This record gives sequence, C-alpha cells and structure tokens, in this order.
Amino acid sequence: MSQQTQHDPHDVFAGPDETVSGPAYLANGADWDQVVESQRDRSDETIVVNVGPAHPSTHGVMRLVMEMDGETVVSLRPSIGFLHTGIEKNAEYRNWTQGSTFVTRANYVAGISNEAAYSLAVDKLLGITDALPRRTSQLRVLMLEVNRIASHLTGVGAGGLELGATSVQEVCLRERERCLDFTEAVTGLRMNNAYIRPGGVQNDLPEDGLDLLDELIRQLRKNLPEIAEFTMDNPIFKGRMQNVAYLDLPAAMMLGCSGPVLRATGYPWDLRKSQPYCGYENYDFEVCTADSCDAYGRFVIRLREMDQSVNILEQVRDALAASKAEPYRIEDPDLRWPGELTVASDGQGNSNEHIRHIMGESMEGLIHHFKIVTQGFHVPAGEVYQAIEAPGGELGCHLVSDGGTRPYRVHLRDPGFNHVQALPLMCEGSMLSDTIMAVASIDPVMGGVDR
Amino acid sequence: MSDENTPAEANAKRANDIDPHPQAGPGAEEGDRAARAGEIELTHPHLAALYTAAPAEPEVIATRRGMWGPGTEPGDTSGFGGLHKTYVLPGVTEPPFGGWFDDVADKMAELVPGFATRVSVHRGEITFFVAREKLLALARVLRDDAALRFEVCVSVSGVHYPEQVHQELHAVYELLSITHNRRIRLEVELDDADPHVDSVVPVYPMANFHERETWDMFGIVFDGHPGLTRILMPDDWVGHPQRKDYPLGGIPVEFKGAAVPPPEERRRYDQ
Repeated sequence: MSQQTQHDPHDVFAGPDETVSGPAYLANGADWDQVVESQRDRSDETIVVNVGPAHPSTHGVMRLVMEMDGETVVSLRPSIGFLHTGIEKNAEYRNWTQGSTFVTRANYVAGISNEAAYSLAVDKLLGITDALPRRTSQLRVLMLEVNRIASHLTGVGAGGLELGATSVQEVCLRERERCLDFTEAVTGLRMNNAYIRPGGVQNDLPEDGLDLLDELIRQLRKNLPEIAEFTMDNPIFKGRMQNVAYLDLPAAMMLGCSGPVLRATGYPWDLRKSQPYCGYENYDFEVCTADSCDAYGRFVIRLREMDQSVNILEQVRDALAASKAEPYRIEDPDLRWPGELTVASDGQGNSNEHIRHIMGESMEGLIHHFKIVTQGFHVPAGEVYQAIEAPGGELGCHLVSDGGTRPYRVHLRDPGFNHVQALPLMCEGSMLSDTIMAVASIDPVMGGVDR
Repeated sequence: MSDENTPAEANAKRANDIDPHPQAGPGAEEGDRAARAGEIELTHPHLAALYTAAPAEPEVIATRRGMWGPGTEPGDTSGFGGLHKTYVLPGVTEPPFGGWFDDVADKMAELVPGFATRVSVHRGEITFFVAREKLLALARVLRDDAALRFEVCVSVSGVHYPEQVHQELHAVYELLSITHNRRIRLEVELDDADPHVDSVVPVYPMANFHERETWDMFGIVFDGHPGLTRILMPDDWVGHPQRKDYPLGGIPVEFKGAAVPPPEERRRYDQ
C-alpha cells in the first residue's frame, strides 16, 4: 500500500484518451513517517479541496472550493445553485394566493417568514395594510415567532452536530418537534404551510389553540434553558467557537450582513424594532446583541432570541384571547378566500355551511367562489419591496404587478444568499475545521439561498 | 359572502382603477401639494436639476383581451364587444414627493445633477429611474454623503418588460440607510440590445452575488464586476431563465393521447 502513496505521474482516474493534466495523489494509508517523507518535496504547495455539494456540514447542497496550505485556508469560494428550483419563475404562472405556497418552499426551515414577507408585500401593493384586522397581525406574529424558534433550534442544533455534539441536535430537534406539532395543529401542516396569505391567514386558531399555545410556552420555558446550560460554558464548545469566523462591524456593513451576524458585532439592528410590521411595535422584547463578532456570539444570540420569542408568544397569547371571534382576515369579499377553511381531525377543508351555500342556495355564491379560487383577485399595477426580520436576517420580497391576477415578478432577497458571500472573509487564513463552524454560524438554508 | 355586488364586476373595476398620480410619500396630502410646490423650490433648490430631460411617461406594460366586454361602440349592450384593457405602471410623480423623499432627492440632485429619467412614488416607496451612465457616481454619493448614507445595497434584481421597447430590462437596486432608517429604490432601464450597466460592486461589495444572479437570470451585463459568472444555473447553461421570453418547457404528460402543455401555453384565467 505504501508504494501507492508515492506520486504516480499518471492520473488514475483519467480515461484512456484523456490527456493527463497532472499527477494524482492517493491516500491509501501508510505509516505516517512514510507519508510525510513522500510529500516532503511538495511541502510548499497548496492544494485545492472540494467540500460538497453533498457534504453533511454544508447545510444542504452547497459546495466550497478551498485552496489549502496545509490545514490553513488560503482562499475559499462558495458555489451555490444546486437547489435552484425556479420558485420565482413558477410564481409568475400562479395566482397571488398560490404564491404563498411557492415562496414557503424557499427557506423551508423558516417557511412562515417567506410567506409573511410575500403576503405583506402583496398587502402593500393592494393598499390594504392598514385595513387588516388586528387578529390577522396577531396570528401572523404568533406563527412567525413559533417558526423563528423552530428555525433557531435547527441552526443551533445543526451547528452542534457539525462539531460532533449530537446531543445538542437531539435536544434541539425534540423542542423543534413541539413547535412543529403546534404549527401542524394550527395550519394543518408541519412545514410548507402556506398559512400566511395575502389579505390574512388561512384559518383561525383551532378551538383548543390557546391551550396548545399555553402548553407550548410552558414546555419551551422549561426546556430551552437546558440547551444553554450544557453548551454555553462547555470548554470544547467555546474552544471551537470563540474567535472563530470573525466578522466585525465594518466588514459586516461592507457585506450587507443582517440578523444574528450583524447583531454579533454589537449593532442592535432588528427590523421588528426599526421598521415594524405586523404590529411588532406593540410587543415588548429585547434586541439581543453580542460584541464578540464571532461564531460563539451568533450562537448565544440565537439562544437568547428564542427566549425573547417566547416572551412575544406570551404577549400574543393574551392579545389573541382578547380578540377572540374577531375577523382573522380582510373582510373585503373581492379579496378574501370564500368560505372558512378549517383544520379538523380529517384534514383541511371548507366548512360545510359554505359548501351548502354555494351548492344549494346561491348560484352567485358559486360563481364568486369559482372566480376567486380559480381566477384569483387583481392587484393594481405597481412595484413594492417589503422586508421583514427573518431568523437569518433581512428577508425581502420585491414584487411587481402588472394589474393582473398573477405576479409579474417575485424576487426573494434571502439573508442566507447574502451571508454566503461573507464566508471567504470569515474563513480565509483560518483552519479548515473553522470553516465548518463559519458555515454553521451564518445558518444558511440552501432552499432560500438558491430559491 | 356578498353575492349582491357581483364580485366579478368589482374585480374588473379594481383592475381598471389605476391611479395615474399615486399617493405621495409620508405626510403629503393631495390638497397641499400645489401650495407646497412653490415652497419646495425655495427649500429644495436642487430638485429642478433632478432630470436629464423632461420625464417620459411610463409605457404600457400589458394589454389584455377577452371575449366578453362592453365593446367600443356606444350603443352596444350585447356584451360581445370584447374586453380590451391596457395596464401601465404607476407613472411619474412630480416634486414635491413628500416627507424626507424631498430631502433625499434634493441632495442627490445637488451632488449628481440630472441623474434621474423619472421618479415614481407609490405605496409609500420612492423609485428613482436612473440614467445608466450616472449610476455608479450616484451610488458613491448615496453611500458616502452624510445626509444620504445608504450604507447597504440590500438587493439587486431584474425585471423583464418585453413590451417596453428599448427599455426591456430593468435592474432594480434596493438601498437601505441604517443611519437614517430609510429605504429607496433605484431602477435602471436598459435596452435589450445593449444590456450593459456599471457594476456597483466597487461601492457596494455586497452586491456581488446579487449582480451575478441578475446576470444569470436576465442577461444584464454589469461592467466592472469582479467575476460575472452564472451563480444559480449551471456554468454551461444557455439562456436567462427569468426573462419573459424564455420558454418554460415542461414535459408533455400524455393521458389517453392528450398532452398537457407547459404552463405558459395553458389556458389562462387572469384576463
């Protein structure tokens, strides 16, 4: 075996008629001193290492091309697009309501945020933002915050897993499952919900919704601190994260970073505070910052933000109790979905009263149902940009309408897409193993990055 | 349910209801616009130098025809006259724009005179349509001037309007000022035959990936970009998929001899 670690001048992977571009080196195992001896004459060379696109620590299908000098990263080029599914193009061939169903699949870990950015943009284009009932905004905030906790748990857990700390992932997935169970009880689906829609939300809380929410809050209050307890002071955790993937405020500004990456530089920028939407100005919560500019700071911020989200959940719980039985979507019959959608034990569906009405009582009702469901509503021509604070940072939706019932252009500005640009600056000059931590610390979800 | 007010008609009315002079920015009422127009010349003297030439009216972006409609003959009540509707984007907004929009526009016009071809204020957002040769200089002052200070180019994307002849491709820049907590939009209109615009990467390094995506999806060439390669599509891909003239393809699904066509060739219900 040791003979094969000597450089073989012929590329063993080349086909019979391919020209040899350079020697191929194989590591088939040998005594360490033999390996060192065989590589001695190449000790000042750099090598190119390809990570991904299918690698467990790249958060999906991202490819990193790294030029390595020994264990040190000389240059890094992220390569994306492996999960490009044409969501923006597809949405141009569906009506405005169906758009929610598409955009939720972009960043599938925080799908509710995509729906919210898109729906708020359509609301703005329709000019109905101020006409939305208060319960609409409360339900949107409720699901946004539950989804934020689920997304942060994924980010924290996957980050732990990439360090080899499987128990972090286990605990995080356990808590995330509670969030998804609640999401399923409210929206009918664990993920890809299409719950937040233009003009409101899909359905009201189920009858036991507030009880389920109380139970969720109780469990999260009890279990979330556990994650911090066994990670934040752990010397291995700190050794792997502190001063790793360093990005200070000027660099973060230069690269347009937002969310936990920006707040880890000590800058308290949170769109829920600075440019509130969905009535976030009515909730009392802190913007969590850290001043360490590193992966550890981003990790701590995510942990603390989950606590803040539970604070918001408690307040939105009281708000929802106060607005019980009020309308949960726009009342305009030209915009709202006909009938009441429900989530029941046998799945989602229209209410029986609505079916009886359109099938047995009113021809006009049937026509109206058909027009709204099949054709959709018209949105006046125009162009808007709506940004929200998604778990990863600023999630923007740029919408153009040509006055029809389908979007003319939908563009999602995903925070992960922007943050992947920052990887070279975070990683060049550091160790290969720190690159894994840097990717985990920006928590990109490739569905959102590639759309 | 409101079966009384014939929702289909209301829907059509909504689509026709396009305001050629959309609402002004924060705080501006239609009533005091005229009064402020005189006043604005004193407080914001550079607004007069906003435009390179007299602003062009926006062009029609869509024309829709349908089977049923009132027709063009005055006495025709048959309903068979056919539907014919044209759509335009929100048009030109004349100064004053209202609120801080005027301050920003004034400062921009002072530092880069004649940068705009037109300005549109719609839904509380301001869009500056920028002459392409002025874009890079404008981006630099937008970032560096203390009164403007748009530190972040949040997003660059494109829109393809095949019906706007010689202005088919639009590059859209969303700018954010964290200092002043403001957002503006820049838009550069490009001829499909000459889709070149200066890259803003020298000013806004964060636009790197966004410009690559816009090149990839629309074929807009950002001159001076450090590495304008495809980013989402494979390197050897032919064409730019987000353009309106890009065929969707689709796989014909046969069922008992009939094939389902690709989405853009299917029957549409949005007329």
